[in-house]
Amino acid sequence: MEEVPHDCPGTGSAQAGRGASCQGCPNQRLCASGAGAAPDPAIEEIKEKMKSVKHKILVLSGKGGVGKSTFSAHLAHGLAADENTQVALLDIDICGPSIPKIMGLEGEQVHQSGSGWSPVFLEDNLGVMSVGFLLSSPDDAVIWRGPKKNGMIKQFLRDVDWGEVDYLIVDTPPGTSDEHLSAVQYLAAAHIDGAVIITTPQEVSLQDVRKEISFCRKVKLPVLGVVENMSSFVCPRCQKESQIFPPTTGGAEVMCQDLQVPLLGRVPLDPRIGKSCDKGQSFFVEAPDSPAALAYRSIIQS
Amino acid sequence: MEEVPHDCPGTGSAQAGRGASCQGCPNQRLCASGAGAAPDPAIEEIKEKMKSVKHKILVLSGKGGVGKSTFSAHLAHGLAADENTQVALLDIDICGPSIPKIMGLEGEQVHQSGSGWSPVFLEDNLGVMSVGFLLSSPDDAVIWRGPKKNGMIKQFLRDVDWGEVDYLIVDTPPGTSDEHLSAVQYLAAAHIDGAVIITTPQEVSLQDVRKEISFCRKVKLPVLGVVENMSSFVCPRCQKESQIFPPTTGGAEVMCQDLQVPLLGRVPLDPRIGKSCDKGQSFFVEAPDSPAALAYRSIIQSKCSGIQDFCSLRQPKGEDRVSA
Repeated sequence: MEEVPHDCPGTGSAQAGRGASCQGCPNQRLCASGAGAAPDPAIEEIKEKMKSVKHKILVLSGKGGVGKSTFSAHLAHGLAADENTQVALLDIDICGPSIPKIMGLEGEQVHQSGSGWSPVFLEDNLGVMSVGFLLSSPDDAVIWRGPKKNGMIKQFLRDVDWGEVDYLIVDTPPGTSDEHLSAVQYLAAAHIDGAVIITTPQEVSLQDVRKEISFCRKVKLPVLGVVENMSSFVCPRCQKESQIFPPTTGGAEVMCQDLQVPLLGRVPLDPRIGKSCDKGQSFFVEAPDSPAALAYRSIIQS
Repeated sequence: MEEVPHDCPGTGSAQAGRGASCQGCPNQRLCASGAGAAPDPAIEEIKEKMKSVKHKILVLSGKGGVGKSTFSAHLAHGLAADENTQVALLDIDICGPSIPKIMGLEGEQVHQSGSGWSPVFLEDNLGVMSVGFLLSSPDDAVIWRGPKKNGMIKQFLRDVDWGEVDYLIVDTPPGTSDEHLSAVQYLAAAHIDGAVIITTPQEVSLQDVRKEISFCRKVKLPVLGVVENMSSFVCPRCQKESQIFPPTTGGAEVMCQDLQVPLLGRVPLDPRIGKSCDKGQSFFVEAPDSPAALAYRSIIQSKCSGIQDFCSLRQPKGEDRVSA
């Protein structure tokens, strides 16, 4: 029975394709041919491109459906509230790009110019890019394997003309795979400020989030902190609080203590958040004084 | 500027690596060398292996966090309630394997024998396999790119010794990428009954789920139906219902009508579900009479509209059956 190559030497290593652990790996021939050895020229090109971008923040979670895109979108809205702050929001979830809908930009198209691809501007100081803008219809499935997704991410980082940007926020899909490795790899020379990690309180989520923090440590990506979403629900009728996703192991607070990462804040469940996202409206506009909006603001501005 | 290869001719095609759309694709050299042309021998090996498996159901969603693993686990529990039904649960979420925790099997190890890998048995008639059982610690990250994940899925399908199985349930990660293509590709010769697709009511989820249904149609995978999770929440204090994830575009019901797929059922939000999953207990044991448990049971067992019924109508016909 063939062994699973647990210890991939890395496609750039001298052992690539030649090590014992390479036997049976589908990329063995490609690696052995030396194709992986030379550093990708795109990394230098992206480094140049990123010189006009002051801060880069990745929004990650090991777990799906915890509110990464919701958070990324509202982080972008929150930062762009100051019209002197230039904000860029890049969606690298290739299979499930939610950012166009959440930002109310469905149906928008991307234009090409001499200086590259133009992002879609929601405001003068808030530009957005997503594979969603490249589809003929929002229901078109993007059925791509890893290498093709990586190529798209490379293009997003290298070919989009963001202009001068204060904050580039990168929204990611759940997991620790191609998209995450590519984002970190292609931005390797460009200095990422760090990652914000989103979770919900239950242990099934925290387990995946610990893996994500482990990923960050492995690729030397600083963890700016953790946001616990869907922390509690206040019944609009009786005003009593319920914990829909019970923190059976202490929630994000205990995990953050254990792993020594900051807990940036907790956001309660509010049905108006889901409604705002579906309508493509900013929750800060829809329900500015709600506990959830206040929680988001506090997290962003801290 | 290089074009994104929108129209990949397919790794098995004569144009593989040679077509105009192949320029710049990282796999171009591999395809052009002809490596992709011969069918993977594993497909035949898996077809042989799957002869002892009567029904195969994939649990999919374009969207993350909608309850795929929760549903897969409880589908397994529900089917295995009949001790004469042999059930196998395979978790192909390589990066975020939730099944060991939800099934209360964390810390279990997989054993190898002459006939392959042994799944972990929760009951005599309920076996489970997940990459989670291969990790030294549940917090270990599995940071693999697509090809390595595909290799793992191939091994799971080819090398696990399930024995005689009535239902193989395959839990998947969100998306329409490597894991999903590999599952369908490796099971190509073995006939998959179909896919159950999980969603929540809001449009942001439905949008991804429509993509998943589109994927199923593209790879000719029958859609057994859609389950809408987290449909509503009944406040335990005042018993009033709230919609935490409002169905701004009509929820799964309207989507199912539009796309002509069955709506298998709706499951309400119940905090006890999350608690059960964290503790690794079956929700059917923890809260057997709750609306959520009744909803799950109906989805699994109801006549003419339940999953068991769909499967019984799709008995494999044998060697001449052509599938995805």
